[in-house]
Amino acid sequence: MTAIVNISLKNGVLDSQGKAVHHALDSLHFEGIKDVRVGKQIILKIDNDDHDKVRADVTQMCEDLLANTVIEDYDIELIK
Amino acid sequence: MKVAILQFPGTNCEYDTVYAFKKLGAQTQIIWHKETALPTDIDLVVVAGGFSYGDYLRSGAIAKFSPIMKAVKEYANSGGKVLGICNGFQVLTEAGLLPGALKRNESLHFISRHHNLKVINNDNIFLEKLTLNDVVNIPIAHHDGNYFIDPVGLKDLYANNQVLLKYTDENGNESNPNGSIDSIAGICNKEKNVFGLMPHPERAMELILGSDDGVKMLEGFLSA
Repeated sequence: MTAIVNISLKNGVLDSQGKAVHHALDSLHFEGIKDVRVGKQIILKIDNDDHDKVRADVTQMCEDLLANTVIEDYDIELIK
Repeated sequence: MKVAILQFPGTNCEYDTVYAFKKLGAQTQIIWHKETALPTDIDLVVVAGGFSYGDYLRSGAIAKFSPIMKAVKEYANSGGKVLGICNGFQVLTEAGLLPGALKRNESLHFISRHHNLKVINNDNIFLEKLTLNDVVNIPIAHHDGNYFIDPVGLKDLYANNQVLLKYTDENGNESNPNGSIDSIAGICNKEKNVFGLMPHPERAMELILGSDDGVKMLEGFLSA
């Protein structure tokens, strides 16, 4: 099973990289962009097909290491 | 006075820290991160600056799992004094020994220059040699020095006199180089035995190198 973890700064935490990218897109004349957030994606290949077990494990990984929950949110997607 | 100075792969300020504490008359010992115990007769642990584990994932995120950190946590929780400088501050926040987190600088640039800092609280061993509102000149050198804490945490910091230093100009007016909330440069824990700051007092030990204001900061620890 593959676990895709998307990590981004929490709403309310200023995303300076997102702002810089937004500014760059504006100067390239792309219109209608309301907001840009930059995050990171961590892809884990896991030798286990037990959906619940993998979700619980990956959640623990996010809490312990992959995300800093003081400033970041994470989202886990599992693909068979 | 004996100081243990932690060394992770990527740490690069451990020898500056040795120099600084030796100049103040302390004994120093560098402790490799794979060690599982601290020497029993130490008075202070310094988590030195640098780029532990290449700042992979987040600054300080991997270092917090090094074997020595378990001993550092036990030492801190039993009242031992711990000082984190720059990457050391990042490691201590990641390890949960200090509140908040250090984000990428607002400008996204690495900043390396001297900066003025104002003493906000001195009722702690670290800054007791300084006077309230004193302005000191100390180098900063960081990419992730943008201190963040949520509004409740910030209120707690102020209520318990945990805000130690703020970035200012030479007259003590707030001047924020990196986007830190309320221009905060250094804090301590509630118990006032764990300290963290982004600026480098160990690099401000000789007037000929620009400033020796680091002397009166670090010598606070020697009066214990």
